[in-house]
Amino acid sequence: MIKRIYADNAATTKLSERALKAMTPYLTEIFGNASSLYHEGIESRKGVDKARETFAECLNAQPNEIFFLSGGSEADNWAIKGAAELGAKKGKKHIISSKFEHHAVLHTLEYLEKHGYEVTLLDVHEDGLVRLDELEAAIREDTALITIMYANNEIGTIQPIKEIAEIAKKHKIIFHTDAVQAVGTVPIDVKELGVDMLSLSAHKFHGPKGVGALYVRKGIRLPNLIHGGAQERGLRAGTENLAGVVGAAEALKESCEVMEERNERLVKMRDKLIDGLLKIDRSRINGDRTHRLPGNVNMCFQGIEGESLLLSLDLKGVSASSGSACTSGSLDPSHVLLAIGLPHEIAHGSLRLTFSTENTEEDIDYILSVLPPIVERLRKMSPLWEKIIKEEAASQQK
Amino acid sequence: MAYSEKVMDHFANPRNVGEMENADGIGEVGNPKCGDIMKMYIKVDDDVITDVSFKTFGCGAAIATSSMATELVKGHSIDDALNLTNKAVMEALDGLPPVKIHCSVLAEQAIKAAVSDYYKRQGIDPTPIVGEIHDCEECPIE
Repeated sequence: MIKRIYADNAATTKLSERALKAMTPYLTEIFGNASSLYHEGIESRKGVDKARETFAECLNAQPNEIFFLSGGSEADNWAIKGAAELGAKKGKKHIISSKFEHHAVLHTLEYLEKHGYEVTLLDVHEDGLVRLDELEAAIREDTALITIMYANNEIGTIQPIKEIAEIAKKHKIIFHTDAVQAVGTVPIDVKELGVDMLSLSAHKFHGPKGVGALYVRKGIRLPNLIHGGAQERGLRAGTENLAGVVGAAEALKESCEVMEERNERLVKMRDKLIDGLLKIDRSRINGDRTHRLPGNVNMCFQGIEGESLLLSLDLKGVSASSGSACTSGSLDPSHVLLAIGLPHEIAHGSLRLTFSTENTEEDIDYILSVLPPIVERLRKMSPLWEKIIKEEAASQQK
Repeated sequence: MAYSEKVMDHFANPRNVGEMENADGIGEVGNPKCGDIMKMYIKVDDDVITDVSFKTFGCGAAIATSSMATELVKGHSIDDALNLTNKAVMEALDGLPPVKIHCSVLAEQAIKAAVSDYYKRQGIDPTPIVGEIHDCEECPIE
């Protein structure tokens, strides 16, 4: 059997040993309903409270500012719809976001547009970064919310969140950031950043799936998300996902402990891979190289299509992802790649490789050894590549 | 994704792949915007497709359907080739995921386009025989 290299950590990550160990008692002997007042309930309550405290410590928030939810999409939905409702009460129905947000944000905004809200999507330019002057210019009297992702899930570019928060504060606008790709990956201090709300998801940092959280700064009163119980300060009813939140907290703690050392290693690996792959003729790196997640590589190889690249890599034991139409299930390639200005035919040939603490430099060397021949093989059978080469030859003759 | 073993086989080891010198007919369908281009080359002798090859830019299913389509027409008469349906290509591959059905349509059209080109080179109007070639813009994607 060939060795498998998992290089799709932006999709999801492996549960850490520590998280599993922390969770296990809460899946077995500690089973009480955290709302019950007797022994079993109290034991469970302690677990939930401790998890909330851990989250608060890691993010520099207060425990009562952390709301446990089912994941990042739920956090984004609640933050955006909640802020929209708060805005509407003051007659403010305008929202600013960016063109390459996660669909959990974009589709929620589309929903709000159908309900009388106006949305401005900021350009993210070729480097995958919003511009602060364009944000300022988009702000209106009736702007209720700015929601800009911390780091992009496909190309890994990191936005100037602190500066955006300052602008939002100056104009007294609520600022939410979808930090699903950032929490556990890069240091996050909500107070220092000055954000009002922040979404996160545990399975992106080696926690369990089905657990997320929304940080909501004290002073912002979001409307109820789920009615029917006193959980999550009465705003999100439902018996707590006890083992889930305990595992998520342990995974976050672990991620924060190893972060500095791990990122130093990941940045080296990332840059080695990018530099190696850029040696392939007509390849490009998508998104700014410096304002970028430590484990994110997103490249395009002209003349070939992303899904066939993925399948070929899979046959060699490498799990990766692509923004091609074929993998998105629609006819259009990734909205992220189109947002940074790539033409369709180039966006179809994209490849995303995302690394975590589990990956090693040997993985990078292996990918560098198998990927160029795959690109060459696919190009050899590609009529598009043939055209590109002929056009190149023709233009050189001129 | 869940491709059948046959699709993966034709993807990993495509049959009849590559450019053909002195082809009697060349057909190309699809466009780079959609992410699929298929180019088919045929050699014809006495109304029989004696040789066929392809080049494809596209996903795994696009490559596999191209490969299978060439296998299904090789050594057969032009009439047989024109009767090749996308369904036959799909069945020969033990099925395709629903979102990939358009790839089999493209493979069928690519064969027709090559035959069409062959007739044109013979000075014969291909439309009454081959019919319209449905390219990417109008391909019947659900």
